[in-house]
Amino acid sequence: MRVMAQVAMVMNLDKCIGCHTCSVTCKQTWTNREGVEYVWFNNVETKPGVGYPKRYEDQERWRGGWQLDARGRLKLRAGGRVKRLLNLFANPDLPDLDDYYEPATYDYDTLINAPAGPHTPVIRPKSAITGQDMAITWGANWEDDLGGAPEHAPADPNLAAMAEKVKLEFDKTFMFHLPRICEHCLNPACVAACPSGAMYKREEDGIVLVDQNRCRGWRMCVSSCPYKKVYVNHKTGKAEKCTFCFPRIEAGQPTVCAETCVGRLRYIGLILYDADAVLDAARAADPRDLLEAQRGVFLDPDDPAVVDAARASGISDDWIAAAQRSPIYRLAMRYRVALPLHPEYRTLPMVWYIPPLSPVLDAVTGVGADADDPDNVFHAITDLRIPLEYLASLFSAGDTEVVAGVLMKLSAMRAYMRARTVDGTVATDLLEPAGMAASDMEEMYRLLAIAKYDERYVVPAAHREDAAALAAQADGCSLDGDGGPGMSGFHPSGVTGRRGDGRLGLKLFIGKGTAS
Amino acid sequence: MTVALWAVVPYIALTIFVVGHVWRWRVDQFGWTSRTSQVLESRLLRLGSPLFHLGAFAAIGGHVLGLLVPKTWTEAAGVDEHLYHLVSVSAGTVAGLMVVAGLALLLARRLTNPRIRRATTRADKVLFTVLAAVILLGMTATVGQNLLGGGYDYRATIAVWFRGVLTFHPDPGLMADVPLIFQAHALSAWLLAAIWPFTRLVHVWSAPIAYLWRPYVVYRRRTARPAPARPFEREGASRR
Repeated sequence: MRVMAQVAMVMNLDKCIGCHTCSVTCKQTWTNREGVEYVWFNNVETKPGVGYPKRYEDQERWRGGWQLDARGRLKLRAGGRVKRLLNLFANPDLPDLDDYYEPATYDYDTLINAPAGPHTPVIRPKSAITGQDMAITWGANWEDDLGGAPEHAPADPNLAAMAEKVKLEFDKTFMFHLPRICEHCLNPACVAACPSGAMYKREEDGIVLVDQNRCRGWRMCVSSCPYKKVYVNHKTGKAEKCTFCFPRIEAGQPTVCAETCVGRLRYIGLILYDADAVLDAARAADPRDLLEAQRGVFLDPDDPAVVDAARASGISDDWIAAAQRSPIYRLAMRYRVALPLHPEYRTLPMVWYIPPLSPVLDAVTGVGADADDPDNVFHAITDLRIPLEYLASLFSAGDTEVVAGVLMKLSAMRAYMRARTVDGTVATDLLEPAGMAASDMEEMYRLLAIAKYDERYVVPAAHREDAAALAAQADGCSLDGDGGPGMSGFHPSGVTGRRGDGRLGLKLFIGKGTAS
Repeated sequence: MTVALWAVVPYIALTIFVVGHVWRWRVDQFGWTSRTSQVLESRLLRLGSPLFHLGAFAAIGGHVLGLLVPKTWTEAAGVDEHLYHLVSVSAGTVAGLMVVAGLALLLARRLTNPRIRRATTRADKVLFTVLAAVILLGMTATVGQNLLGGGYDYRATIAVWFRGVLTFHPDPGLMADVPLIFQAHALSAWLLAAIWPFTRLVHVWSAPIAYLWRPYVVYRRRTARPAPARPFEREGASRR
């Protein structure tokens, strides 16, 4: 057993109101630069919907993630090593800019400099890529709140798995929002596909990063990520991705998306897992077994044997203590209400979701029943196949039993706590269908409903003895290049370039204060 | 003049080539990339790029055979002048056509697609001009002289001179009477070598062959041990 720690996230989708605050703050922090105008490390999509980029979940088309070959071995869906190198000159599976969207800006000077006149001046959208006039015809969340859904949403790959008859009715029955960041998978296909070895998983916290100095722009990571969460910076020609805000995590703070989440629906904490068991778990023959296989990789931080093994693997006591308080472990393993997104991609993703109960409640209300009555909801969960099948295609490789079990728990928790607070009674009859003890039920309620900042985000800081190394990394920051994530503005682009003061500079040395 | 063109120019170009690469690697690994533009346009690239690259591999292989392998070696292997000429001209023409067609497609997308045009840097413009010149001059030499014309045995002059340059025994006199088209091709190639380290061509040296035997998932420690690594130093090998 080789114990490793992973910083993981859970999002409670019932609370997501689709306000995009996470996306906007993330973009302001990480991708408000030329070259990544179209890039959203965090995006929020309306489901059902085609997603961003369009139809990214259709792996028949994009060939992301892993699959099992005839002999049951894990293989990148896009092909083996030789085949990938042969595709180096032109990647057949790379999404086009139009599969994302063409980013637009506005010629604001026209507004500011317009002479006084009888008419209000108007500005036209200009392509941020070409600078030419353009019509805005798509965006990262074009079908927000099901806008245009009858036209676009049938292209949602998750609907293909469902029965034909529901296809035109679903938009009347339910919708929900799905915030997505990089999954920082235990078995990351992007890392496996990177020909340069520039992408790596950090040993300490499992964050998946791109070494900007070693990336050579072969763009295999972009197509191999089944979640399409690695992007090409078209200015630098290098790959960029969600960093799990590692500078904040190292300081013991939550990510920007979590920190600014208005609905407080995000949870961050550690998971201890057995690194030696990862590949076997990803090899589970039936995709529906992948959820349980991944749970089997996670280790119970309260188990003394695990604690000993973690210490032997070099994990410090404060990190073990943080893992014991981890809200992620509680939601995924103890209450078992959090589920991975598309486990069938076999990457063992580490950003999990509590599936929304709202589609079921919407459906109950839709047929004129009282959604506050738990019996109605229980019956809906077992009878209404439409939202359930859809959620199952997202979160459990199509296994509706798993999703139904989670929704039962959430529904039982609501009814149980309503009885507790409104009627002052203990509804023990609700515990049995949920399969939970009364104490678990109340603890889960507390975590989901009223948990405070330090309960939602249990992030141990990076170690002080590492501080010198961390500071040294900040010195010669390789990300400060023109268009790079550092954007200090001092480093010339490429060989020569304009300095901050406008003079042409020749770069001779790398390091603090010597860029000139 | 002969000495300047065929003994001085090559060493100036080679010096810039070597020193330029060392300098670029030390200060600008962040800019060390193929600068892919496929995300902006992929239709023409998916045809042009493989044509260009595979054709270029064949052409480079042909040059190695023609310039670095002495005539006596191939003759000792039983390949007479006629057979060598037949193979080199036919394979060279096919490779050359692939390169020309690929470059034409890549240039077409760069010139006609506004997205790509905006993404083209000054270094790209210089590179594409020089590269096109080298290729067109080389094609003219191969097709004009060796396929349609009477043929020219460059292995008796150019190849001997080139090996002399590489072994630091240059004999510029060998190049004095070489046909003008071959002279122009050789000079343009030195120019290409001199600008090479300052363009996206550096991605050639990063051909990811090691991917074939690397473990799939790469793990790296956050902290560099024992002393913090300077940014351009390579990290330790991955482990799994």
